[in-house]
Order: sequence, then C-alpha cells, then structure tokens
Amino acid sequence: MSETEVKANPQSEPSTSVAAPKVESRRDPHADAKKQRIVTPEYMFQEAPRTKEFITGSEAAKEAIRRSNVDLAIAYPITPQSETMQLVGVLYGEGYVKEYYRGEEEVGVMAAIAGGSRAGVRCFTATAGPGTLRGLEGIASWPGHRLPAVAMFTCRVVNAPLAIQPDNIEVAYLLNCGMIVFHAENQQDMFDFLMAGFIISEKNDVTLPVGVCCDGFFVTHARGYVRMQDRAIKLPPRDAWRGAVPVLDAENPPARLSRDAPVQKSNFMAYNIHAVWQQEVWAAVERSRKYINQYMGGMLTAENVDDAEAVIIASGSAAAQSREAVRICKEKGIKIGLIKIRSLRPFPTEELRKLCGKAKLIVVPEFNYVGWLAKEVATAIYGYSHAKIIGGPRVYGGQSMPVELIVDEVESGLTGKKSTNVPMSSILGGAVNQDDVAHFMRSI
Amino acid sequence: MAKRFNIRMAGVGGQGVVTGSHILSTAVIHAGGESTIVPFYGSEKRMAPVESYVRVSDEPIYEIGEITFPHIIIIFHPQVITHGKSYTMPFYFGLKEDGIALINNDGPMNLHKDQARELEERRAKLYYFPATKISLEVAGMDLATNMALMGCIGAITGLTSVEALEQAVKDRFLGKGFVVSGGTAALDSVVERKFKKKQELIDKNVAVIQAGWNYAVDHGWAAPSVKRSEAPATVGA
Repeated sequence: MSETEVKANPQSEPSTSVAAPKVESRRDPHADAKKQRIVTPEYMFQEAPRTKEFITGSEAAKEAIRRSNVDLAIAYPITPQSETMQLVGVLYGEGYVKEYYRGEEEVGVMAAIAGGSRAGVRCFTATAGPGTLRGLEGIASWPGHRLPAVAMFTCRVVNAPLAIQPDNIEVAYLLNCGMIVFHAENQQDMFDFLMAGFIISEKNDVTLPVGVCCDGFFVTHARGYVRMQDRAIKLPPRDAWRGAVPVLDAENPPARLSRDAPVQKSNFMAYNIHAVWQQEVWAAVERSRKYINQYMGGMLTAENVDDAEAVIIASGSAAAQSREAVRICKEKGIKIGLIKIRSLRPFPTEELRKLCGKAKLIVVPEFNYVGWLAKEVATAIYGYSHAKIIGGPRVYGGQSMPVELIVDEVESGLTGKKSTNVPMSSILGGAVNQDDVAHFMRSI
Repeated sequence: MAKRFNIRMAGVGGQGVVTGSHILSTAVIHAGGESTIVPFYGSEKRMAPVESYVRVSDEPIYEIGEITFPHIIIIFHPQVITHGKSYTMPFYFGLKEDGIALINNDGPMNLHKDQARELEERRAKLYYFPATKISLEVAGMDLATNMALMGCIGAITGLTSVEALEQAVKDRFLGKGFVVSGGTAALDSVVERKFKKKQELIDKNVAVIQAGWNYAVDHGWAAPSVKRSEAPATVGA
C-alpha cells in the first residue's frame, strides 16, 4: 500500500481524499459539451424524459446551467455563499459555459452581467445574503436597461448581527426592482425555475432579468430529489439579433445610449420619458404571466383549496414546512388547503382572488420579520375575500420554523383563540377586533 | 396514518452522533422508507455538545431545519443530562406528549425532581439503555455506542431492519457519497488502523446493532411488527 493510499479517506470521497488524481488519456475535456443537442423549450420542459437524482440545491443549479446554453457566468465568492458559482466554474472547465470569471465584488459582477447581456449573450450569476444587497444598485438597473439575464439569490440574512442561515428578508428588496422574481421551495424548483427563467427572460415582449430566490442552506446545502432531463440536451441559444432591444456593437455603440439619456435633462420631457420607461418595465412584468404559465405550469400551485375552511399560503421553505402542517392538520380532521406561490413578480393576484373566495382563514407563515408575503396576499385579495388573514407565524435570523407553530395558528385561527406567536397587528381582514389592533399600534 | 418520527439525538464529540444519524437515515431509506438528517454542532472536539436531527417516515418528508418538537430524543451520553452538554436545555425540551427518551445509561438516572415531574406530565417514556456497556461487551470497545443506539431505535421505530442497518454500515465504511468533515475522516482512519481490516470493523458494528435491536425487542420497546434478529451477521464485502 503506497503512502497516498494509506492517507486517503476510507470512503474515497474526492473532496477529502489526498490521493493523487489518476492520469487519464488525452481526452478533449469539452467532448461531452460539444455533443450536446439543442431542443425546443417546449420539449425540454414538457416532454423530455427525466431521471431522479438525490443532489444539493447548488448541484441542481449547476445541472440547470449545464442544460441552459449559458454564454457567460460571473462569480464572486461572498460569504455566506452557496457552492453554485464554484460548480458553474466546473461547467466552464467542461465546456458547457463559454466564458467564466471571478469579479472583484458584486458591484462589478452585476455591472458586468449588464454588459454581457447588452452585448447579446446569455448571462448567469448567483449571489447570497449581503452580496445581493451590495449588487442591488446594478440589479435594480437591469430591468430599466431591459437586460435579459438570470440571477440566483440565496437568501441568508442581510441585517446585523451577522447570521448565515436562511432568512429571506432579501426578497423584500428585490420585489420592487422591476425584475421577475421566483421563489424556489426545494432543489427541484431551483432546477426548473432557473431553466425556465432564461426562456421567459428572453421573450421579446418580456426582455427582463429573472431572479430565482431560495432560502439558502436548506435548499442550496441540503440534498433533495431532483428529476432532470438528459444532460446531452440543452436549450436553444439566446437569439439576441431578434431581440426587442438592439445589442451593442459597432453600429449601436454604448455612447448612443448615454448621449440620449433622458435623466440628464431636467425638464418635462425627461420626466415623461422616465415615467413611460418605468410603466413599460412593469407592463413587461405583466406580460411574462403567460410564459410563466406555459413553461412553469402556473404562478402558484394549489392543493385541496376548494372545500377548505383554512388555507395556508406560503413560498420557499415555508411552503415545505406548510406541507407537513397540512398533514398534521388533516390528521386532526381540519379541512385545510395549501397554496404555494412560485412567482412573486408578477404576483398571482387573479389566481388568489379566485382561490381564496370561500376560505374562512388564511395563514401566511414566513421566514422573515417583516412579512412581505402576508402584505402581498392581503393586498391581492382585499375586497375579494372575507377570510381572517394571519400574517404569521414568522421566524427570522436563521431559525427553523417548527411545523407545530403553523398548526397552532390554524387551530387558534379557526377557534378564535388568541395567538401566542403572531401580534394582533399582523392579523388582517375578517372579524378582527379593531380595538385589539389599535392597542398594539399604540404600544409600539 | 403515516408512521412519522422526528428524532433529536444529543451526545458529545467523538461518540459518532452524526455518523449514527447517517446510518439510521440510510438504513430507513434502504428499507423503503424516507428520511432526512440535519447535523448541528459547534467546534469539532471530543466531549463538546453535538446534536443531530433525523426525520424518518414511510411517506415523503418535506420539512427542513432543526427539530424543535421531537417524538423521540436519544441521549448518547449521561453528561448531556448531568453536565448540560447540549444545545437544548433541559434535555427533553420540546418532547411531544407520549414521546420517547432513549438514554444511554446503565439503569435509571436520578433526575432532578422538577425534570422528573415535567417528564411525567408529558407522559414521556424513559428507556434507559446501556449502549456503551453493550458496545464494550459485544465489540470490546466503546466506539460502537452509537451503533447500539441505532439498532435499538431501529427496532423502536419499526421503519428499518437489521439487514438494512448492516447495509448502511457497509455504505458508510466501504461505499462513497458521504461528505464527512476532516475530523470525522481522521477518526475513521484511527478506527480502521485499530481493527486492521474493514471487514472486522463492519462485523463488530453489525453485531452491536443486532444486540441493540434485540435489547429493544426483549424489553418490549419495539414497534409491534418488529421481531428479534437471530441470524448471525452475514457480511461479505
């Protein structure tokens, strides 16, 4: 037994093994990537046979990028981060991604993604927690520049003191950028949403960036089952020359854009141009609905909602916890349904109005303090539902949400018992005692 | 109704709490069930608190994160209780009503009267199980304490079998696919050198698992469908 063999990890796990790599024959490392066959998005998402694997969310993201015909990926290893961009770097080595480099920090990364997208290539990046907010200046400018791209946001807390576990407060900042925002519940969602994101992002009547959020760690660092298409097929490339916005080249130089920039002139026309521009961005967000329905099978999923007295509405990891709460509630004989929101921008307003018309109680569990989803839900169904809406339970700072907390809210909400976990000010609609709410408001 | 157990394991560094939870989890999956694990520890050193959370079921598991309200708690070391070496205090915090506390100790412990009362109020079943003693008797070492506990809990939940646990041990020591920390990898090497051969290591671990399993059956702790495991360990690497 040689020295290296003695030292090797007994499980032969490559990440901890010190054994020297075997020298293989000179094989083209890009051979498999070169053999990839292009298929239509319709075939890829709806028809292609899939096989199930047990992988992490970061690996699921890697596999999505492998099949997405990505031209440019830019990484910055912020802490906390996921392994995603590191794994996409492996794809670059294998020839699945055409260009890849490490930016100096997120401001540079997001600016470079803008440049890549404007030059007409398919771009991807992933960041997490504080990195998302550092890059937010650039990210918030993407929709106005009408830049198709996909960014993965691993939510891992942004507020002090530092934490690294999931808290999806970051999503609240992304919702109003004008970009399309999806929220992945698990590794499978991460895989599907990223791939569909590229196609939706590049539709001519959309031409907007797509952000795919997940509650980091639980999704990125943990394993789950992911059903994936064969790795020998990929999506069609970005066809920028057919795009709604001309790509930058010698005939459409960047100087042209800055010369005509309306914001540099403070007059009525300048304001008007900017206003129209913003309206058009949000109109494009609206127009993406049909593609989300087409390629992702809907902006939400609803289970057992029709004759349910209580409905849980959740997104991301809170949806996973809610599935277990539904199971426990059913065992207790409660008629309960579950709505999982997949797309936060555009928000499934019409769908929720139809689904929530009969419910007596709506519970919105969240992994953040501010309750951005509860506000979205309440706004969407205002005037269309008489349900009492409990904006909670909420966990934050990286806590796991005990399923039992959600069950408690369902039970107390139905019986009228006062909740011990949700403040009165977070209980909306229905027969809420306004005096209770007023007291809470006075005391803060 | 689905069989579902959320298990919180608490022990100290070096006992193989995380390794044990991997083996139970893999064994339940080998037996056709579903399982997820979440390990939780600070600095990796001997005798420092370690927790690991295992969910086992015969139906899909969607829940993520730490387990706050377990059906079963497993205490790997009496110091978890006596010295408070745990991230969860008291050791039974959050234990559901009619829950099980499987404690590695030679006979009942003298719990503080408040703790004893609270455990009684939630009708907790206290199973004192001499895991380290069994490990020493069967394998001649205390390092298989975790295996004894996994055999015992396998029988209590009824969601796996001695054969599936044996397969999981083989996966752990011969197979690939587990990502382990540097500290655990080093410990594996120490254990390996001690036994010279992996085969012997696996045989002893499986024998301890079987002893733990049968202890649970003999004491009436096992799930109704669970039988004693009589077959000798049939390991062939």
